[in-house]
Amino acid sequence: MADLETFRSETRAWLEANCPPEMREPVRDESDIYWGGRRATFKNGAQKAWLEACINKGYTVPSWPKAYGGAGLSPAEAKVLREEMGRINARPPLSSFGIWMLGPALLHFGTEGQKQRFLNEIARGEIRWCQGYSEPGSGSDLVSLQTYGEDKDDHWIVNGQKVWTSYADQADWIFCLVRTDKADKYSGITFMLFDMASEGVSTKPILLISGNSPFCETFFDNVEVPKSYGEDCPAYVGQINRGWDVAKYLLGHEREMISGADGGDRTSGIGAAMKRHAGKLGDELDPVLRAELAMFDVDALAYSAMGEKFLDEIKVGKAHPAQPNMMKYAGTELNKRRHELMMAAGGSRSLEWESEETEGGKPSRSWLRTKANSIEGGTSEVMLNVIAKRILDLPGA
Amino acid sequence: MPLYHDDDQAMLADTARGFIAEEGNIAKQLRHWRDRDCKDGFGHGLWKQMAEMGFTGMLVEEADGGLGMGHVEAGIVLEEIGRNLTPSPFLTSSVLAATALNYGSDDVKGRYLPGLIAGDSVFAVAIDETAKHRPSRITTRAERSGNGFKLTGSKSFVVYGGSAGMIVVAARTSGSDEDADGITLFAVPKDASGMSHDAVRLVDSSMATHTRFDAVELDGDAVIGEIDGGRAVLDAMLLAGRVGAAAEGAGVARGAMDMTVDYLKQRKQFGKLIGEFQALQHRASHLYSEVEIARAATIKAQQLLDAGAPSADLMISVAKAKVAKTARLAVQEGVQMHGGIGMTDEYDIGLYMKRDRALAEFLGDAYFHANRVATLSGY
Repeated sequence: MADLETFRSETRAWLEANCPPEMREPVRDESDIYWGGRRATFKNGAQKAWLEACINKGYTVPSWPKAYGGAGLSPAEAKVLREEMGRINARPPLSSFGIWMLGPALLHFGTEGQKQRFLNEIARGEIRWCQGYSEPGSGSDLVSLQTYGEDKDDHWIVNGQKVWTSYADQADWIFCLVRTDKADKYSGITFMLFDMASEGVSTKPILLISGNSPFCETFFDNVEVPKSYGEDCPAYVGQINRGWDVAKYLLGHEREMISGADGGDRTSGIGAAMKRHAGKLGDELDPVLRAELAMFDVDALAYSAMGEKFLDEIKVGKAHPAQPNMMKYAGTELNKRRHELMMAAGGSRSLEWESEETEGGKPSRSWLRTKANSIEGGTSEVMLNVIAKRILDLPGA
Repeated sequence: MPLYHDDDQAMLADTARGFIAEEGNIAKQLRHWRDRDCKDGFGHGLWKQMAEMGFTGMLVEEADGGLGMGHVEAGIVLEEIGRNLTPSPFLTSSVLAATALNYGSDDVKGRYLPGLIAGDSVFAVAIDETAKHRPSRITTRAERSGNGFKLTGSKSFVVYGGSAGMIVVAARTSGSDEDADGITLFAVPKDASGMSHDAVRLVDSSMATHTRFDAVELDGDAVIGEIDGGRAVLDAMLLAGRVGAAAEGAGVARGAMDMTVDYLKQRKQFGKLIGEFQALQHRASHLYSEVEIARAATIKAQQLLDAGAPSADLMISVAKAKVAKTARLAVQEGVQMHGGIGMTDEYDIGLYMKRDRALAEFLGDAYFHANRVATLSGY
């Protein structure tokens, strides 16, 4: 414990010295988030300085081993760092699907060569990754995916289409589920890694109801994917035809992330903020809205205790392996309710789509964005199926 | 502190689960006493056994003869009581009254705690005066009279008021009805002259009383804590009682859910188990999710209260409200998914529905506590 307190005071001092004041202000729009990659540009010097300081310290991926660009922090130390960053509202220096998704998969399934190369690239923000999972005909039933890699000895020729590929138009590389054996549904998928600059890869952004385009359609037209990128560095994670194991592991991870179990805005009450918001507009909360906000806050604060319990239990292996599905279900449904209430509390002001006062329609665009929460990464209905089968052990589920 | 039971607590949970399932189950206790029209509403034999196991004095300091445990531990016992619908004065006597007596002088402690811990004397608490929980308003008055007090007024929903030997009464010794100050707590013998108890059986077969005080004469040493300074004691009782009721309610929710999920795996219609129908699977999964969250809120509230954290107040109301909503969902889904037999007295699921109704009302329902969450949050 004494060591942890030392770590806390050192961390606090380090943050004080290295986190520029601009990086302690709330994220206002997409340009405030640094995603990294070949084409990335910094919004300002502060963003660059903050990233570089974190890279040198291993703090873009604090719990990864030092050899792969991390700081090798223990879970307790990582929690202290999160708390201390939260205390000064420090922005994450680097956001990426490499950190959230591919990294954990490589740490679990990757070869040493893959870890050395890809994890370090991710930690330094050099390569921006995207995820190729869903297809037009394979949404909830992901395992039915059809994108096919034809075996040509030392390479595959990949043909097919992915959809809902987050930021595919800005990504450098893709981790992608590709069918390599048509005869075996589950054991016929390979988790491939390849360059989005490869010939035959094209992307097309999808305009969403929020007016934003965070997702793309991604097309593969005779894309040549080599089987290896050098010694001990295969172009696939895990084994050929066993990519579904990696995908399942990552889906669990993704559900945990979307659930908001690790706290933040999503798990706190909103009633007091809505009252202040209404007050600024010269309004007051309708008593029935206040009552709904109170009921919501009960659920939100209870869920935040659940998030804390869930993370505590995961650390010691006490959590049910299917529990992330419950967290994802409850957390996303709650978040949708949160934004419905925030829209109601904001009244006609919340309807503004482009005004300066709403920072470009943030309330309405965020509200619409949350509707995807209970669809992406497994729909609420699929989550309920999984709970029925794996936790409640219901027949035929 | 991690939000799960440590090794000692897990061991206690094993012990409590086994013991209460064996001795406190529905057939042996709730139905047994109900079907004999027992006016006490609970079994004294089981209460004695719980005393022998040390449960009755869990929240009493070791120096005063108790186990010096916390609300996490008391909650473990209460969750099993809830799961088995065990009629027991644990919540009133060992949680609410014990919390009050812990504030008493050495004299008060010495007089009442040994009997409470031994299970020889059962305590009830008299707080509410109207049909809804509203502890901010106390109109029952204790006027000074000689060396003591004269108590006048009435209380309702005094759980086990007819079978308890002693009643902890919150009364006003100064100020007006809505004042925070001016409250004093008294330990009043049930059969004191001038007291009358109108016993009523409640929907869940538990027994409560409307208790009237008609110039009941009390000695000065009946006072628990400070004269006029009883609000602090009352608040402490309410925190302990509410978090305890949340734990018991979480047990009711779990018991109803487990019974219902089991039933889905047994009942066949249209040639298959009804648990194969996705319409029911999704509702069961949603219920599971809510029950898990309610339990998490409860243990968080228990830990905060044990740590003496100021935020315990808010989290306890969160837990009480969340559990009330969740247990309500559990018993309603339970009866519906059992179909026609869910409406029969023979099946236990209906008993869960009745117990939830009474327990949720005790010390404030979901509306009361959601309102409290809003007020404490500043809106």
